[in-house]
Amino acid sequence: MAKYELENQEMRKAYSSTLDEMINEDKRVFVLEADLSEAISTNSIAKTNKKNYINCGIMEANMIGVASGLSLVGDIPFVHTFSPFATRRDFDQIFLSGAYAKTNIKILGSDPGIYTQHNGGTHTSFEDIALMRTIPTATVLSISDTTMMKNILRQIKDIYGIHYLSAIRKGSYKVYNEDEKFEIGKGKVLREGKDITIIACGIMVVEALKAADILEKEGIDVTVIDMFTIKPIDKELVKKYSKLTKGIVTAENHNIIGGLGSAVAEVIVENTLVPMRRVGVEDRFGQVGTLDYLQKEYKLTAEEIVNKVKELL
Amino acid sequence: MEKYLEMEKFSKRIRKETLKMLLHRGFGHLGGAMSIVETLAVLYTRMKVDPTNPKLDDRDYLVLSKGHAGPALYSTLALKGFFDLELLNTLNNNGTLLPSHPDRNLTPGIDMTTGSLGQGISAAVGIAIGLQRKGSQRKVYCIVGDGELNEGQCWEAIQFAAHNNLNNFTLLIDENKKQLDGTTEEICKAFDLAKKLESFGFDTRRVNGASIEEIDKAISVETEKSPKCIVLDTIKGQGVEYFEKLKANHHIRFTEEMKEILKSEIEKLDIE
Repeated sequence: MAKYELENQEMRKAYSSTLDEMINEDKRVFVLEADLSEAISTNSIAKTNKKNYINCGIMEANMIGVASGLSLVGDIPFVHTFSPFATRRDFDQIFLSGAYAKTNIKILGSDPGIYTQHNGGTHTSFEDIALMRTIPTATVLSISDTTMMKNILRQIKDIYGIHYLSAIRKGSYKVYNEDEKFEIGKGKVLREGKDITIIACGIMVVEALKAADILEKEGIDVTVIDMFTIKPIDKELVKKYSKLTKGIVTAENHNIIGGLGSAVAEVIVENTLVPMRRVGVEDRFGQVGTLDYLQKEYKLTAEEIVNKVKELL
Repeated sequence: MEKYLEMEKFSKRIRKETLKMLLHRGFGHLGGAMSIVETLAVLYTRMKVDPTNPKLDDRDYLVLSKGHAGPALYSTLALKGFFDLELLNTLNNNGTLLPSHPDRNLTPGIDMTTGSLGQGISAAVGIAIGLQRKGSQRKVYCIVGDGELNEGQCWEAIQFAAHNNLNNFTLLIDENKKQLDGTTEEICKAFDLAKKLESFGFDTRRVNGASIEEIDKAISVETEKSPKCIVLDTIKGQGVEYFEKLKANHHIRFTEEMKEILKSEIEKLDIE
């Protein structure tokens, strides 16, 4: 049975240290920042691997273009900025200089959804996954812990094309052991139960596991899936568990429009037509607040998942 | 000088093939294609490229940021031997290898996909910084339109290029003084582009964009640390008098009268 525990290592350290190691092994790897090196801890790479580090300044659109140019001469650029600036701000650049031009760019959008906390509504993205999902050929991933971050970074280095990662910066829970394997495009079944299936991603994976514990005490057995690849979505797994259980609840730190809930709904509507509920932000903008306040305000809690599960029983 | 005579001839052939291509299609971006013909002739005489191996690692790069001038670049590439001249007649056909705006995945010799204005300089400086970090001596050129400089991303890329001392990068601004809706003066004044680029840290000169010799001399300048900019003083529709004078000459759908004029212009270029 899957457990989760508080994590010592921050997500940003997992990102920066893995990139540093990757540059040591492969000089084609480049780290690009738009004046947020300190926020994501890649400032150390500016010292350890200076030649493979480029701070573009506060120029997200240009940063994507520069990344496309680097990929044209064989380099593998990893770019980072806060998730709204990694997606909304430079959508056309990612679409055209990226995917349409068939260049090779890895994008980390950090602090998605309520993790913006005191940066508030201007810095909040409840739509990054939705935007990236509409770009043909783009792979879209929502990272749930540091083990996954390290593993996925190494995998996407060797897969040509546009990859978007949505991830928090500061670690919270640990879901996976260090030696866990991940296959892009395949969901992870964390816990099996016969009643309802909860499909979650990112920070909501831990909330789903908490919800499963609460439900278990009431005699309700749920399956919990970490659907870390949102595009391409693992259709077979969705179909399988929508047949094995009586309904599906999705949970995401994102607008319920266009993200994980939509992706799962698309599979269900075309295939198994089981009842479904979505936990997520209900078409609203962000605001400032502490994490626990925002979590309650936007109903991104284990309790909300429990409520939705019960609606289906 | 013989070198300039050769380039002059090359530019006439580019102009002729581009006009033929557009006449065959019946419409197209004639104005902005014509204004960069001489520049393309100089570039593709000087640049290290291999038509038999368009993806040669050790090549010079051109990013045509003003993607709508694609037909002029296609003629240049065909004349260089990247593909058959016949292919030019497929411009904008269904399923063609030659779309209005350059696509690096379709056409041999196209280094970057462009057309959404403002993105080309960023890609070009990305190539330049990648080459610089590898210690390569290869050169990167980017042709941008003066109207296109309305786009803010251009100025991001320009500042970035100067900050990173990209002396392997040359920006060529096609100052033809017009954009789709009118003159740049009417739409959004550019002021003095040469002064602007100079203040951004570019080694800048302004040349007559119809003069092979002036363009060539400006391109040949080597700099130690700064990127270069050449402001090309051009005319939209350059080299074809009727279209130079036509007010709305960005994208033209040819009337029967225009087709006759085009035919005679093409013939003139044959005789010369």
